[in-house]
Amino acid sequence: MTNDERLGKPNILLDFLEWFGELAQFCLRLVKAIVTPPFELRELLRQMHEIGTKSLPLVAIAGSAIGVVLSMHARDSMVRFGAKSLIPTLIIIAVIKEGGPIITSLVISGRVGAGIGAELGSMKVTEQVDAIEASAVDPFKLLVVTRVLACVLMLPLLTIVADFCGILAGWLANALIEPMSLQFFIVNGFQTVTFSDLFSATIGTLVFGLLIGIIGCFEGLRTQGGTAGVGRASTSAVVIASLFVILADVVIVRITILLFSH
Amino acid sequence: MQIKTVEANGNNSALQVRALRKAYGDQTVLRGIDLKIAKGEIVTVLGRSGSGKSVLLKLIIGLQKPDEGTIELFGTEVTQLPLNELNQVRKKLGFLFQQAALYDSLSVEENVAFPLRRHTRLSDAEISERVQQMLARVDMGKDLKKMPSEVSGGMKKRVGLARALILDPEIILLDEPTAGLDPITTKEIDELVLSMQKEREITAIVVTHDLSSVARLADRIVILKEGNVIVEGKPDEVKRSEDPFVREFLELS
Repeated sequence: MTNDERLGKPNILLDFLEWFGELAQFCLRLVKAIVTPPFELRELLRQMHEIGTKSLPLVAIAGSAIGVVLSMHARDSMVRFGAKSLIPTLIIIAVIKEGGPIITSLVISGRVGAGIGAELGSMKVTEQVDAIEASAVDPFKLLVVTRVLACVLMLPLLTIVADFCGILAGWLANALIEPMSLQFFIVNGFQTVTFSDLFSATIGTLVFGLLIGIIGCFEGLRTQGGTAGVGRASTSAVVIASLFVILADVVIVRITILLFSH
Repeated sequence: MQIKTVEANGNNSALQVRALRKAYGDQTVLRGIDLKIAKGEIVTVLGRSGSGKSVLLKLIIGLQKPDEGTIELFGTEVTQLPLNELNQVRKKLGFLFQQAALYDSLSVEENVAFPLRRHTRLSDAEISERVQQMLARVDMGKDLKKMPSEVSGGMKKRVGLARALILDPEIILLDEPTAGLDPITTKEIDELVLSMQKEREITAIVVTHDLSSVARLADRIVILKEGNVIVEGKPDEVKRSEDPFVREFLELS
């Protein structure tokens, strides 16, 4: 109970600072748990399947949709400037540098962040987390470390799938209006794509995965108050993770421009 | 790994609690509990709801930390132990939660197998055999593959009990093991605890409101009121207590 709850008045600033303080402690505990044995490899693989494999259809559809939308926008804009030859480049750069990573992260934030928040929240209020601890197993290692690592490892791979589907769908949408071979589209589009474009986007998705995993687990394990609390944890996990992903995107783009701009 | 042993603790003591105090905010739940339980003894803890019975069990197994006081398990003071050493002690304990706390993503069989998979090197076949034997003892042998959501509250309790017993613990902490169960199942659960006591000299702390269970199980009864032990003794001694609260509690139960 915070001081102001005792006094009967809400203090948003104090709650906000308390939340960040708890999050910082949670992150420190996470770092320590990641580097100390025992390592829950079997559970990590299970979570990679849950978070990664089962998200594939959703990510593929979202990636394809963003490819089609970018294709339509690119055509509309480039035709106005008489730069139709740049359409493949624009689509591919837009998908790789921003569309693929951010749409994958937001989709995973919704599907996985909410899932982790609800699952751990439910386990918390039904004493399953305590039961794991009573069985002489560290619930932090079993539940948190595995989920966070699975998010970090799977998000770059899912982003590659989204990028692939986005580029393919972008080509298809473009080719339906003006016939163009896939080979020409790819060769032309990738001419200006550099290693740093791919590298920075990949680093970004590692950070996004870390944020989604941490916020989902943190909100889940803070759950209080039965079923309603589980609902709140799930919603908080999605909202906060999505917001953090977008804010982190701003910072990462700025840093990569500073580091890799020619 | 070295675990500090408290010399003062008697050889025959499985658990000793001294001056245990726990508060949540302004609400003090335990106000300096002292309790000593011998190996092989079954102690039932009674008291009104909110008197600190479940908190006492959670403090003993280290799920919560006391504000003051010490807890010695097998001569080891556990309240200040680091997690890895505490987990070594926890392997000798079995805990049944009030709502059973089964892992809802695992089947009945997997729930009971969980401690074996984590702490033994038994093969899948050996684990399966031991799990089936234990589930048969709690009359759940036919429901191995069911999920917790598919079984009743009483069945969950029995699965929880099987999970608590599967590692052959030296001490079992049972939080209302027979609440919500029919009289026949209640008697079977009590008899299972008694048989474990006879076979393996298991020590048990049983939080319950069921006086028929108390009559069957208790070597000693502890009654808590507002965070204090107000009566402690053998069943006959407690029944003869002149304390008005104890008299009313036993008459109304």
